[in-house]
Amino acid sequence: MAGDADSHAAGRAPGRAVSARATDDGEPLLSVSDLVVEIPTRHGTLRPVDRVSFTIRAGEILGVVGESGAGKSITGAAIIGLLDRPAHIAGGSVTLSGLRIDQLSERELRRVRGGRIGTVFQDPSTSLNPLKTIGDQLAETALAHLPITRHQARERALQSLVDVGIPAAAERLDAWPHQFSGGMRQRVVIALALIGEPELVIADEPTTALDVSVQAQVLTLLRRLCTERGVGVMLVTHDMGVIAETTDRVAVLYAGRVAEIGPTQRVLTDAAHPYTRGLMGSTPDTSPSRDIGDRLVQIPGAMPGLANIPTGCAFHPRCPSAMSICEQREPHTTELSDSAVRCWLHEDYP
Amino acid sequence: MRPSPDASDPSQPLVEVQGLTRRFDVSSAWLTRVVRREDKRILSAVDEVSFQVNRGETYALVGESGSGKSTIAKMVVGLLPPSAGSVLIDGTDPARARGAAMSALRRRIQMIFQDPYASLNPRWRVADIIGEPIRTFGLASGAEVVKRVDALLEQVGLSAGDAGKYPHEFSGGQRQRIGIARALASEPELIVCDEPTSALDVSVQAQVLNLMRDLQRDLGLTYLFITHDLSVVRYMADTIGVLYLGKLVESAPREALFTRPAHPYTRMLLEAAPRLDGFGRVHETDGGEVPDPISPPSGCHYHPRCGYRTDRCDRDYPPVRALAASRVACFEAERVIEDGRASVPTTTA
Repeated sequence: MAGDADSHAAGRAPGRAVSARATDDGEPLLSVSDLVVEIPTRHGTLRPVDRVSFTIRAGEILGVVGESGAGKSITGAAIIGLLDRPAHIAGGSVTLSGLRIDQLSERELRRVRGGRIGTVFQDPSTSLNPLKTIGDQLAETALAHLPITRHQARERALQSLVDVGIPAAAERLDAWPHQFSGGMRQRVVIALALIGEPELVIADEPTTALDVSVQAQVLTLLRRLCTERGVGVMLVTHDMGVIAETTDRVAVLYAGRVAEIGPTQRVLTDAAHPYTRGLMGSTPDTSPSRDIGDRLVQIPGAMPGLANIPTGCAFHPRCPSAMSICEQREPHTTELSDSAVRCWLHEDYP
Repeated sequence: MRPSPDASDPSQPLVEVQGLTRRFDVSSAWLTRVVRREDKRILSAVDEVSFQVNRGETYALVGESGSGKSTIAKMVVGLLPPSAGSVLIDGTDPARARGAAMSALRRRIQMIFQDPYASLNPRWRVADIIGEPIRTFGLASGAEVVKRVDALLEQVGLSAGDAGKYPHEFSGGQRQRIGIARALASEPELIVCDEPTSALDVSVQAQVLNLMRDLQRDLGLTYLFITHDLSVVRYMADTIGVLYLGKLVESAPREALFTRPAHPYTRMLLEAAPRLDGFGRVHETDGGEVPDPISPPSGCHYHPRCGYRTDRCDRDYPPVRALAASRVACFEAERVIEDGRASVPTTTA
């Protein structure tokens, strides 16, 4: 995974405060290691996230892709300490620039959220407070996380609206959220995520509620701002097209486990895991160079529920290449040239 | 267009939509208007839309939110009367048909809905959900109904044993299969599908889309397919109509639309859609958004976002004309076709 180091080194921000905080090229910004999230229930303990590991470097966009129930949103929530009880982190570690953040108190977490980690959620109309003007919400966040005055905070708020491309920003500073269109609201949410000068942004389906023309604008904006400022991004989405166009690396999640992780182009064009191949084949596409053919590739069945995740490799009942070992034992993570995969096809078995 | 003399002439299109218009009054209450000196506010959700759907084919209506696509679907199945214009299904207008004619027409048109959780009665067993149309239209009775339900379940990839279960026992994709089985139960010719897979995961979407194509081939069904997703359209449709703010801006066969779009809006949509091989692609979108449909821009509704606009675009609405394989409403369509699917010129405001 060292091959893509130069791509984000080029995007490192010139002259922003971030560069002082950014980590060395060798060390990742965010490191999630064997993260386990458990939900105790009357019928036993569920594991929506099961030994998930990945890293994000400064200025890099990691895509986390999977279908509903894959555990992608709950992984994001676990990282910023927003798990709904009784779900809790039951193992592993989350390290942000050398600091363990999975064991912080709620008080300490509040400083991390918005300050060191910004968030963008799916629905822009519920991410903004309808009773406060856009300018007040931005300034409030800046004041909470940066050592600046009220006046400076308002100036920052204005600048952040300019940065995300809100037309006539000075006049819109005192506007209310309901006066913005969906796309403009999501731009404001991005401004809000970035105003505390975070090192990392977690964007959970940031464009799923938006029309396709607006989606393209918002993703282009998110990518530009984050690479310019050296901010790492965890982009959670179900859309393989968004993954292809926006991310540097991708982690494919299935039933709470990482099936495959690696550079986006490599994983999407030369997938090592049968699930990734199935996902690509079942996605219809508008690209002129791709022949749509007569039938989409089908993966039989559906993602298993948390209460009945199959034994061995969780994907084996749906897998076209399943062998007897797949049902009995769970595959380990196998390192390939620049990616990693959890599949018995790539592992020597006894 | 004259009504076809022989109602079931197979060379005639099954659906003919002519000048279809639907306006909604979205004004405040009468007294509020007087006090605040407001005018009436009329939303033209669908404005002078004409197209036809040939037998055994799929016609897809594509548009972003507020384009009027679902309103058209409701008018085609007769759930909503048009403000002007007409829908003819095999020569019969569902908004005007009464009694036996309406009942006969209802059997021939069915609908598949977007949300498989909201469109099935949670208190009914699957056998009742699928059996109801069979009984209502008197297609079978007694044990025959049970047999027919079992056959339908197997046809959509479920098993006959599922008939006794309730909807909550199924996953989203399986529920959508039940919805399809219910639509097939009355042996319809036309199925109007309103975003049938947008609530489903991509692997399940592939299963449902493949199933719908198999059923079309086996049963000779005609689909009116409503969606916002161009990639699904490319897989499913024979002919595609693109809607923008209630207007049909372009209608063309699939290959023509995807290789040589004639309307700048179609071209922008194709450019904006994410591609599986678009690694690191930089989008050249127009930077705009769909404007308020209550007071749409003058002339061509798309002109404020359009890179091809000329002086007359903000004065006159361009007439629909035939050009190459398309029917398009744009003064500058020749230039758009010539440019093909390369980069989209952006407006410099």
